[in-house]
Amino acid sequence: MPTEQQTLDEILNLAAQHFKVPREKLQPDEDFFRTLNIDSLQALDLLTRIENHFQVELPDYELQGVTDFRTLAGRIQGRL
Amino acid sequence: MDHFRGEALSWEVSAGAIELALHRGPCNEIGSLALEELEKFTQALDSLSRNAHALIIYSTIKAGFCAGADLRELYQRSHEMQKAEAVSGVREFLERIHRVLNTIDAAPLTSIAAVHGVPFGGGFELALVCDLIIADKMARFCFPELRLGLIPGFGGIPRLKRDLGNGVVRDLLLTGRSFNATRAHAVGLVSQLVAEGEALRAARATAAQLGKFDRRTAVAAKKFIKPIPYHELKQEIDLFCQLFAEPAVEAGLRKFVESTDLQPYLP
Repeated sequence: MPTEQQTLDEILNLAAQHFKVPREKLQPDEDFFRTLNIDSLQALDLLTRIENHFQVELPDYELQGVTDFRTLAGRIQGRL
Repeated sequence: MDHFRGEALSWEVSAGAIELALHRGPCNEIGSLALEELEKFTQALDSLSRNAHALIIYSTIKAGFCAGADLRELYQRSHEMQKAEAVSGVREFLERIHRVLNTIDAAPLTSIAAVHGVPFGGGFELALVCDLIIADKMARFCFPELRLGLIPGFGGIPRLKRDLGNGVVRDLLLTGRSFNATRAHAVGLVSQLVAEGEALRAARATAAQLGKFDRRTAVAAKKFIKPIPYHELKQEIDLFCQLFAEPAVEAGLRKFVESTDLQPYLP
């Protein structure tokens, strides 16, 4: 099973690839809605990509209040 | 009318399949315009079916299949009326959309929803009237109505019960959460799961396969396998209208409409 840091790194890579931004632009603790300038539908899109990648299911209500990648990685880690 | 180009949708017949394309931004929300054009489609369906063996419904909008009812239009119209008048207007709308969806559900050919992105609420209900759902891996299904103090009103509950185990139905309806196409496939809602962007291609290949068989047999089998729950559909309209009269709904609609998020879809 990957460590939480590995999970976080994979999520950052997925997000960079999906939203076509340089990986260095994405910081684990920053608000990804603001950094990526995305809306909730795009956030759900990212969630789907993450679920498919890790082969887990994360109820989207668990994203309530989640705005940074590190917390998101923690939620995913909890499903591995 | 074997082809039509409207503001919300278009159709044409190609290789024995009627292709109904939804194409109104932001995400094919079903309001009065879409309903009028869907009614035109169902009026033409009988005639179109004579030269086709399949119906494919799909969206050309990048965001997804259909985000459901046009909640902004619903709020704007009901907000200006007395409650009783608003409820009456909603009932009329629901009865019209039910007539449309029941017609598609009962159509004498095999129907396929080719789904990507967002089939939410009424969009999910539109997919559910089809005989087969083919979804790409990025699709997410959701009934968010409970977030507005409502239940699905376009026939989603009876049709979901027709297709899935009650546990999954309760999860979707009571949590208001979305689930991805992989899960939808695992529970039997989606018949084919395809790569991103491939749903329409797979639907066309399936439609070609359907054309090999005796049409009357297929229609008889479909009628036997997929009864339409008319009584429960009517009960759903009644319950929806009853709930619509409650204050929670106006508050929920206002919150949706006033959200600064262009598409406030997180629960």
